[in-house]
Amino acid sequence: MIQVAVLSGKGGTGKTVVTGALAEFLPGKKVFADCDVEAANLALILSPRERARIPFFGLKKATIEKKSCVACGLCAHACRFGAIRNGIDGSFYVDPVRCEGCGVCAGVCPERAIVLLKKQDGEIICADTDLGPLVYAELSPGSGNSGLLVHEVKKEAQKEVRDHDLLLIDGPPGIGCPVISTMSGIDTVVIVTEPSIAAMHDLKRLVMVSRGFSLSLCAIINRADLHGGYAQTIERFCADEGISLLGKVPFDPTVQDAVSKGVPVTRFGCPATIAFREIAANLSGILGEKASDRLKGRNE
Amino acid sequence: MRVVVASGKGGTGKTLVAANLAAVVACLRDVVLVDCDVEEPNLHLFFPSEKKLLPVLADVPVFDTVRCDHCGECARTCQYGAIVVLSQKNLFFPEMCHGCGGCEIVCPQGAITMGKREVGRIEFSRPRAGLTLVSGVLNEREVAAPRVIREALRYAAGHPLVICDAPPGTACPLVETLEGADFCILVTEPTPFGLHDLSLAAGVAGVLGVPAGVVINRSIGEDEIIWRFCRSENIPVLWTIPFEKRIAELANGGKVLTDEIPEMKELFLRLFAEVRHRGEAGL
Repeated sequence: MIQVAVLSGKGGTGKTVVTGALAEFLPGKKVFADCDVEAANLALILSPRERARIPFFGLKKATIEKKSCVACGLCAHACRFGAIRNGIDGSFYVDPVRCEGCGVCAGVCPERAIVLLKKQDGEIICADTDLGPLVYAELSPGSGNSGLLVHEVKKEAQKEVRDHDLLLIDGPPGIGCPVISTMSGIDTVVIVTEPSIAAMHDLKRLVMVSRGFSLSLCAIINRADLHGGYAQTIERFCADEGISLLGKVPFDPTVQDAVSKGVPVTRFGCPATIAFREIAANLSGILGEKASDRLKGRNE
Repeated sequence: MRVVVASGKGGTGKTLVAANLAAVVACLRDVVLVDCDVEEPNLHLFFPSEKKLLPVLADVPVFDTVRCDHCGECARTCQYGAIVVLSQKNLFFPEMCHGCGGCEIVCPQGAITMGKREVGRIEFSRPRAGLTLVSGVLNEREVAAPRVIREALRYAAGHPLVICDAPPGTACPLVETLEGADFCILVTEPTPFGLHDLSLAAGVAGVLGVPAGVVINRSIGEDEIIWRFCRSENIPVLWTIPFEKRIAELANGGKVLTDEIPEMKELFLRLFAEVRHRGEAGL
């Protein structure tokens, strides 16, 4: 099985639309995962039929049992996250937003009045779509643990893989915890970028982070005609860094129109779709080489 | 007053709104602009200027290899799997560490002390009169975004007017940025993606008790889905920015719109007046 993640650094460059187009145009049997767990949108274009919901538990949270607490304040002193607050009545309580579940408070409490409890932070959803199984998640707004949830979504998606050839992941923006969790253990990253000063800056940081993993990098320049100068700069950067440029997608109002109507853009013969088809063919060629290399390696 | 510009979905125009709002307000009074999108900070690209740097440090254990007898107490207490104790040596994974200090407390040999490591930096600049820019920058391959955000906000704390550019998403980095703010501007685009993520971000603002208003960006005149949501949630729509290729080109090129398009200045000032009114009244 080959695992491909679509990432971008900067948000809003078109990861989900690209993932949707690749889902349609890449050959073979596919499984999809939405690892942008904080703001998952792939389900909005793949029309999933839900099969199962699995509760997601993040790190535990501390709770102070009022009847055993003698209000000595040792826990508040030991907590490095400022999560233990002193109420107006002098009693102590845990701010669940601040608590990182380290358990130091429970360890120092002389009355053993603090327990760590599991807390549900969201749900993982397994579904079927016309193009293959889809695993995505809903993180409770304001929860932490998004990196952990990304890991769980990937694990569930890998279970779906069985005889499928490809796991295609719609990734999160940024370069932090959820992105690093998405990158670990995969083969290829497709970076969706756009010709802007911000996207160029974010692309460089994403590439630097990805160098810590053994990944092959490909890039797509979306809305390439919105700034000719930066499109060229990005092309040069990709060439210098050995990133395969899969293609350029022109700015095309049909894309937003299709997204607004909830219809896959791939149904239209518009300029963007023509570009997506070519990009999928180029990516398929690269992945095919990878698969046959791996097969060779196994046979030798 | 502290105003946060957030969105849930990435790339809806948070940085555009934050940069222009700060630029027009800076003509009237002092403002501190804080880039809390520490994974991909972009505000400095719109305000190039000489920067001063300060490192952001996180707490990490330091092991005294002479005192350590490899009992494994530290690894058992660590909830994050950051320490692995072998018979002859210890492995420590600094990116997994939250700096809670639990290992230091439980070590029977007193072999652990808490030290520091750099996870990011704060960049300070004064790009134009009235405007101070504080950018949080997470180092590449680090995960401690909330730590860097907290530090950036600490430098702006107490200033009478602070505008923050929030990170995308709805998890801990957004919470860190939004907690305790006086008002939240939610920038969205009129698509099902924009709406879906707007509803999540509005949920976070709701949980934290921060009043919010919506700016619809890249409107092509069909914004009914956003309006419907805002009406049902009782969130005001503050302003609608039309989609124009010229705006996209200027923003992509790193230009501040209000410097290039004079009528934009008036519109951003009007947005600020509205936000200030609502922020101060807690509406």
